[in-house]
Amino acid sequence: MSTSPLMDSATINRALTRMAHEIVERNSDPTGLALVGIRTHGVPLAQRLAGLIAGILKQTIPTGELDIAMHRDDLAIRGTPVVGISKIDFDVTGKTIVLVDDVLFTGRTIRAALDEIADFGRPQRIQLAVLIDRGHRELPIRPDYVGKNVPTALAERVKVRLTETDAKDEVVVER
Amino acid sequence: MKTWQRKDLLGIQDLSADEINFLLDSALAFKQVGERTVKKVPSLRGKTVINLFIEPSTRTRTSFELAAKRLSADVINITASASSLVKGETLKDTALNLQALNADIIVIRHSAAGAPHFLGKFLKASVVNAGDGAHEHPTQALLDAFTIREKKGRIAGLKVTILGDILYSRVARSNVWLLTKLGAEVTLAGPSTLVPRVFEELGCRVTHNIDEALRDADVINLLRIQHERQRKTMFPSTGEYTAMFGLNKERFSRMKPDSFIMHPGPINRGVEIDSDLADGNRSVILEQVTNGLAVRMAVLFLCSGGQFSES
Repeated sequence: MSTSPLMDSATINRALTRMAHEIVERNSDPTGLALVGIRTHGVPLAQRLAGLIAGILKQTIPTGELDIAMHRDDLAIRGTPVVGISKIDFDVTGKTIVLVDDVLFTGRTIRAALDEIADFGRPQRIQLAVLIDRGHRELPIRPDYVGKNVPTALAERVKVRLTETDAKDEVVVER
Repeated sequence: MKTWQRKDLLGIQDLSADEINFLLDSALAFKQVGERTVKKVPSLRGKTVINLFIEPSTRTRTSFELAAKRLSADVINITASASSLVKGETLKDTALNLQALNADIIVIRHSAAGAPHFLGKFLKASVVNAGDGAHEHPTQALLDAFTIREKKGRIAGLKVTILGDILYSRVARSNVWLLTKLGAEVTLAGPSTLVPRVFEELGCRVTHNIDEALRDADVINLLRIQHERQRKTMFPSTGEYTAMFGLNKERFSRMKPDSFIMHPGPINRGVEIDSDLADGNRSVILEQVTNGLAVRMAVLFLCSGGQFSES
């Protein structure tokens, strides 16, 4: 197995900074803005983005965590997943929710996340921010904010590592 | 990675501490589902759960039924009087018929110890034990442990006293197995007729002295005096039981200030527990009911995924 580094700490930070500005630009009224990270890696990314947006707007942005294991459509194929706790301490109804994940691939995780968000209430709108878009969509889902587009082969694996969970920031493609 | 590989939940006795902890961790996520606007997830959509309750039960059956519904499964309840068992059909044939209807999970309560284990041997469907005779009641023990862990943050090192009608109690047996596996010290207490010394073989302490049982307990789990099975020779009268072993304010005042009261229900106010204590802020009896739902959702979810893990 060979790996080639795609992003390091500096390029990840630059991409997140640009995405934070894009999120602010697209949402001219930031009062109802909230970020929800998809576990595991979407959570620290959402917190970093929220911090960057707070720096731009001089106001705090609520964040939440979503675990989509109970909403998966592949229980019968992949067996028992480890279920984690979803934690959204604010009312999502009427808000603009930006879903945050590390890698966008088939789109099935996002489909599950959209279903789950609806169980918490009715947001005004939902947008999607991902650090990496690697293509190969199996559902009609597209991201609103992308850190980096990475054309990949189906058999390749894109690994995002973050200091919060893996001790260092890096994105690699494993073949 | 830790995971769950079983298709059935038959009892606590054959589970490892890791499996128990994994199940309790999963239940934490399912408890959160109950706090959402929409208290339902699609995990078991298209699955069929059959509650086969050969012995009467309201609360456990209701809890399993609601747990299955909150996972989006279809649920059917079969009671002894409504089943073909009264027409002479064997339990095995009843179960095979249910499986022929493509049931995915059979939740069984039966007065015979080992009935779920028997079904688990030949059914492809998952089997969940909801109480078999005086043997095991695994989901009750799991919800008790979940509640203790939620209140105390741990189980290892805690002193748990189970007080009351122990002799024929499947709740007591499952609790002793579970709590000792997770490192708690368990004391069984009550009249010597209901708490024989032989229970010490399970790895717990047995005492017939109520003050000794309560003195340093972190948790007191009360078991109901089962009038319907009474065995009048076991103690002279309910009044005498209450006087000797009932949890009253005076006895409770001598317990540790951070200890709390559990009871699997239904409670008999004024018999094994003082009415005010049952309603007091150190009673977690109703939280146990809420937690039971979360634990049973986790059990149905894990057993349902487990049967596919080999493919």
